[in-house]
Amino acid sequence: MSTLRSLNRREFMSLTGRAGGVLLLGSSLPGTAMAAGHAAQHASNANDLGVFVTIDQAGDVEIICQRMEMGQGILTSTPQVIAEELCADWNRVTAVLGDADVAYGNQSTGGSASIRSFIEHTRRMGAVARDMLEQAAANKWSVEKASVKAYQHEVVNLETGARLGYADLAPLAAKLPVPDPAKVALKPSSRFTLIGKDVALQGQQEIVTGQAMYAQDVQLPDMLIASIERPPVVGGKVKSFDDSEARKVAGVVDVVRLKDREYPVAFKPLSGVAVLATNTWAAIEGRKKLTIEWEGGDNAMHDSETYKQDLVKKVNQKSKQIRVVGDAYDHKFNKDRTVEVTYTVPYHHHMSMETPSATAVVTKDSASVWSGTQSPQSGKALVLAELGFDPETESDKVDFKTTLMGGAFGRKGKNDFTLEAVELAKATGKPIKVVWSREDDVKHGYYHSVAANYFKAELNADNKSDYWIQRLAAPPISWIFNHEAKEIADLGLSLGFGDVPFDVSNMSFENAEVSTHVRTGWVRAVGNINNHFGLGSFVDELAAKAEIPTREMWMNLFGEDRLFDPRKEGFEGYTHYGQLDEDRGKKEYLLDIARFKAVLNEVVEKSEAEEALPEGQGWGISIGYSFNSYVAAATKVQVVEDTVEVLEMHTAIDCGMVITPDRVRSQMEGAMIMGLSMTLESEITVKEGAVTQNNFYDYPVTRINKTPPMFVHLMASDKAPGGVGEPGLPPILPSITNAIFHASGTRVRDLPVNKTMKV
Amino acid sequence: MLKLKINGEETALDADPQMPLLYAVRDIAQLTGTKFGCGLGLCGACTVHMDGVPIRSCVTPVSVAEGKSITTIEGLGSADDLHAVQKAWLANKVPQCGYCQAGQMMSAAALLESNKAPSDEEIETAMQGNICRCGTYPRIKQAIKDAGEELQKVNS
Repeated sequence: MSTLRSLNRREFMSLTGRAGGVLLLGSSLPGTAMAAGHAAQHASNANDLGVFVTIDQAGDVEIICQRMEMGQGILTSTPQVIAEELCADWNRVTAVLGDADVAYGNQSTGGSASIRSFIEHTRRMGAVARDMLEQAAANKWSVEKASVKAYQHEVVNLETGARLGYADLAPLAAKLPVPDPAKVALKPSSRFTLIGKDVALQGQQEIVTGQAMYAQDVQLPDMLIASIERPPVVGGKVKSFDDSEARKVAGVVDVVRLKDREYPVAFKPLSGVAVLATNTWAAIEGRKKLTIEWEGGDNAMHDSETYKQDLVKKVNQKSKQIRVVGDAYDHKFNKDRTVEVTYTVPYHHHMSMETPSATAVVTKDSASVWSGTQSPQSGKALVLAELGFDPETESDKVDFKTTLMGGAFGRKGKNDFTLEAVELAKATGKPIKVVWSREDDVKHGYYHSVAANYFKAELNADNKSDYWIQRLAAPPISWIFNHEAKEIADLGLSLGFGDVPFDVSNMSFENAEVSTHVRTGWVRAVGNINNHFGLGSFVDELAAKAEIPTREMWMNLFGEDRLFDPRKEGFEGYTHYGQLDEDRGKKEYLLDIARFKAVLNEVVEKSEAEEALPEGQGWGISIGYSFNSYVAAATKVQVVEDTVEVLEMHTAIDCGMVITPDRVRSQMEGAMIMGLSMTLESEITVKEGAVTQNNFYDYPVTRINKTPPMFVHLMASDKAPGGVGEPGLPPILPSITNAIFHASGTRVRDLPVNKTMKV
Repeated sequence: MLKLKINGEETALDADPQMPLLYAVRDIAQLTGTKFGCGLGLCGACTVHMDGVPIRSCVTPVSVAEGKSITTIEGLGSADDLHAVQKAWLANKVPQCGYCQAGQMMSAAALLESNKAPSDEEIETAMQGNICRCGTYPRIKQAIKDAGEELQKVNS
């Protein structure tokens, strides 16, 4: 836990680049800017947040949101938590997106972690500020602090009824010592006026009036736009190129070959040739006139269809056991009571509406960067390294500014596009904005891994199971950092694979070694996508075999209510979505079987998914635990001949304590719609090492006319908060294909559905 | 120089006549509320009005707009006097990332211009060219209905 202290105006401005106000509070993180002077900058991944709160002369509050905004609503939710403990009037709170700064602590916005990992800290920071305002009022009235109480931007004297506003108290509070955050009292949830309430959202007015600033919207004087032709195959390089025609295009100023880069691919630019022009159109037109000969690309033999069949072969053989319970191999499976199947998903792409973009100005001894990224500090560290600045002593030479992201879904945690702008700005000495076309985005992504998930289980006389084998083969994300990596790391195996919380006495979970040929990366919910598609489908298949409702099959497999810890159930490497602290997650974040059951019951009851339907219609249900949240889904479809129409969708979520209910609902709505796209029609394929798709015409996504009525059932809970941005997605996929099975008898095990049926 | 009216102002743009209106508006007129999404007229992020009709500015050469009146999101309403669609978008908390919403609102405003009480099917027909990856469609539908009711009240 960091401490909080008062800052003078100069310090505050130096740290935040903002003018500040009267009461300025900043938290001091061990080993970071405020503790060691502003020059000592490392990308901070500490489980801590730097919090900066100011109250100005008028009493208005400004809170810097350190976590990046990509549509999940964190620009509202984190300040909302602080404002709650501060007892602030939400109408007088403005949230500001923080730029990259180690003083803010962990800014890497991914893993649905912003609330669940930092809420204790953010609450305490708000509480410290409130405590100081209360103390200031108590001093003013010469009463004990116990005789005053902060409420709605004022402190009330409980003895006299007198009130003092924050505008009056801030200058007094600024002179007081800062209390130990560990010792200030947090509000009981019964006194919450903001947490769990639907407050006005920050930033919406700017969006609806077209004033919101995204990375693509950065404009600088004399700026050039860069459009880059990149090697079609990962590992490919420019052999030669002819830019003579490109340079004739009006508006084209320069053509620059980007540096070749070595493995591992990491977040490095892909190299290629950039056309720089005074406007986007000229850059695009000039690029069309380039003639480039490529060479290398040791992945040119990669064919995703053949590769997927290889993955299927691999999971149909025993491979490395990563979790063992009893001995599933010391048994002869009874064929009549056994289901043995393999499920596959293709590569997927994030397809954010805003393609990647960044802007850079580089001089001899400094740089300014604007990027829409989920990882500003990691981006800044990469920029420092790219420009040869010492991260210890020269960190302040790079000013890394953040913008809103027009969607991200994991793609914009990788700063390859940011480094492209920096490389080109350095090479030309001009302000450069790199703009990716949609085709660039589709063809040069960091894809969700194509995957095969194998399941084999035998039903016993009670329609439970005693023998269970599960296997996974997929290219590991760790390959982007370690070119030799062939296995999915524990972190990846913890995403709905090794953590299956079933009461089965003999289980084997296995992971096969595979080679990797495209840039793999986190896509919303990551491995949970394929793991839960497999698991949710398989439980439905077991239910069909047993001729019982799918809900009953889940309940049979869950067994007794209990807290399930995968580390004690044969998977020592389980990473628990980062909740491993002894004093934090251990109990609160164990998998709670009662909560699984409750959320499943909720969705079945609210959707009436067990009621009879007309011929040709069917309900499908599933459940997924991810990022410490429990989500169940129910989908109703109609199948006429081989055409699928989705009629209705429900999601029930128990994400523990809720901060902004409306943004939980909006994330669930979004997850249902993204789930429709992934299940029904989206797919990335690779031929001769190059991505086949181009744009929305061949990577189709769900549109409004294919969006059925949707319902979100948000469950009240006082448990520790779970994630929200990702957990909605995983159960959606099997809920749809299970519904197709129940409507038509057709079992779809290879996504997307449109390969075998019309959608 | 190409002359056109943008958000009510006579504007002269030094642009290649073939340049899509999108880039003329964003790079030259520096109105960045209108967004790039696909470059092929497939996603609707770039939707603006030309003489009141919604068009995909990424596939409309700026020369086509010469002498015409263009409205972008910046001209749909003003901060003090939001268009009914903008108000309904705020009330329904439609935006998530917000990037596609300028195009969505321009398409919605055009629909309501001719039909203030659209059915679900009419909304779907008018809006299916606008993609949202965050998944705001259910709220867009509701917001359009709300805005339509508001406009009917104003007119009656």
